[in-house]
Amino acid sequence: MRIGFFIKEAFRALRRSAAPSLAATLTVLLTAVVLGVFIPIVQATTGTANEVRGRVVVDAFVSAKATDADIEELRQALIATPNVEAVEFISKEEALAREKQRSPDAYDLLGGNPLPDAFRLTPTDPDGVPQLVTQLSGPEAAPDAPTERVRGGGPGAADDRVLAGPLGFIEEVRNREEETEKILSATALVKLLMAGLAALLVFASVALVANTIRLSIFARRREVEVMRLVGATNWFIRWPFVIEGVVVGFLGGALAVGLLLLAKEAFVEPLSERFALLAAPETIDFGLLVALLMLACIAVSAAGSGLTLRRFLRV
Amino acid sequence: MAATRTRAPALETRPRVERKRDVPLAELRGVTKIYDGGAVGLDRAHIAIDRGEFVFLVGPTGCGKSTALRLLLKEIEPSEGEVLISGHDLAKIKRRKVPYLRRNMGVIFQDYKLLPNRTIYANVAYSLEVIGETRSSIRRKVPEILRLVGLSTKLHSYPDELSGGEQQRVSIARAFVNHPPLLLADEPTGNLDPDTSIGIMQLIYRINRTGTTVVVATHDREMVDKMRRRVVELESGRVVRDQRSGLYRPEDSKRDFGARLRGELDAYKTKR
Repeated sequence: MRIGFFIKEAFRALRRSAAPSLAATLTVLLTAVVLGVFIPIVQATTGTANEVRGRVVVDAFVSAKATDADIEELRQALIATPNVEAVEFISKEEALAREKQRSPDAYDLLGGNPLPDAFRLTPTDPDGVPQLVTQLSGPEAAPDAPTERVRGGGPGAADDRVLAGPLGFIEEVRNREEETEKILSATALVKLLMAGLAALLVFASVALVANTIRLSIFARRREVEVMRLVGATNWFIRWPFVIEGVVVGFLGGALAVGLLLLAKEAFVEPLSERFALLAAPETIDFGLLVALLMLACIAVSAAGSGLTLRRFLRV
Repeated sequence: MAATRTRAPALETRPRVERKRDVPLAELRGVTKIYDGGAVGLDRAHIAIDRGEFVFLVGPTGCGKSTALRLLLKEIEPSEGEVLISGHDLAKIKRRKVPYLRRNMGVIFQDYKLLPNRTIYANVAYSLEVIGETRSSIRRKVPEILRLVGLSTKLHSYPDELSGGEQQRVSIARAFVNHPPLLLADEPTGNLDPDTSIGIMQLIYRINRTGTTVVVATHDREMVDKMRRRVVELESGRVVRDQRSGLYRPEDSKRDFGARLRGELDAYKTKR
């Protein structure tokens, strides 16, 4: 009976103060729409940034003296190295074929194949590439961290080998330093910017919704005062307001989801068939987005109502 | 007066307050209240009100009448001294339990304090809903009390459709519908014309006759003089007079009035 009473009270209040309730609903609706549009955009952007980061690779050229067995051993060693996600072996023949494709004339002039065998390493964490390069080049390289270095070495000159074991067959490590650095700093900036914008937007939305609700409750503070005087407990007063907040949040959220669905069907779907960018694989699932938005709307407006009341409930 | 027959006015507080015959129902013991701004509400006031009494609190504006009532409601806390209801120190009642304390008190205000967006019926019903009465008992009690205050034809009007006197009757109905042992009235006739005031006072008096203790803060001089009940006079927070069946002001000749009008307050004071 109590719950029924609270719900009845909440709906009565909504009906009786229609204008503030409508304002609160509209606020929720608008912020939810903005968030609903912005979240996939943020995700697509960071997704693209991550994809670009995925292009950072490290090439490890193998000494010409290494035998097939040595190369196999080296592959195992590289796979076992931390921060190495994938190892791809590019034989000299393959490398030559690739280069020839790029500039056929230049390579036609060459009689033999000057290219060494190589391993192309994809790092797990692009930010850890400098360390990876140092590790593969040997401790000697550490101080000034040159990313390209040539070492005299190999199995024949065992004493010169900086690194013991199969890693010693690496003759040279390259990671196209400039490119990597540019990619890393640019994508980091984009990600940071997006995160900042998203945080700002979420904060603004919460503040806006909470404030609208505050105003509508403030208009009824005398009512709350009377309720207290006739001996209503705080929760007895609060429940109808919280339910009211839930209803407002639900209505605003549902309308926003409806608009978003409409926009998705009308604009994004036809476009995404033509532009690969819009179909970025990492954007949020629409169902999940809807659920999140609804939950956020309801939670924020209900909490807003409940918390605002606290001020008037001090005995 | 069968309609006003009440259940025994027991203090049904959830923090079980047992009835004690020999302690005053409401008592201020050396209470001082200084507001945050430094204004003095009460100054070492002693007032003890017995069960079933009818007490007028009189005095000029700002003398502490409302402060005393608000202290009894535990709306504010005393700066010093103790406020007791049935011998229980209000300072020891937890904030969470305050609503249960208030259910034992009916309150009437000068500005009625009705809920503007509810009908008369709903306004009175609210104070029963608050204490968790069943719907059937609400349906029975609300029309009954509204008939008692003479508003049985206006059940579904809204407060702003009623006259001041009628609104005050609603607020009395709301205050008394669950038969609290204590009724506090803050200037109940302050906004009303003399004839309407008599009607309101009559209602309050009838409530008192059923055994309810009534405290009325007022400066309705005519009413106090005619009713001849106990009068507690306050002046700048101090109790300056406590008379069994007193007047609003003991003897106030034209000469005294003239003296006060001319600002010779000292002359007036020393006379007493």
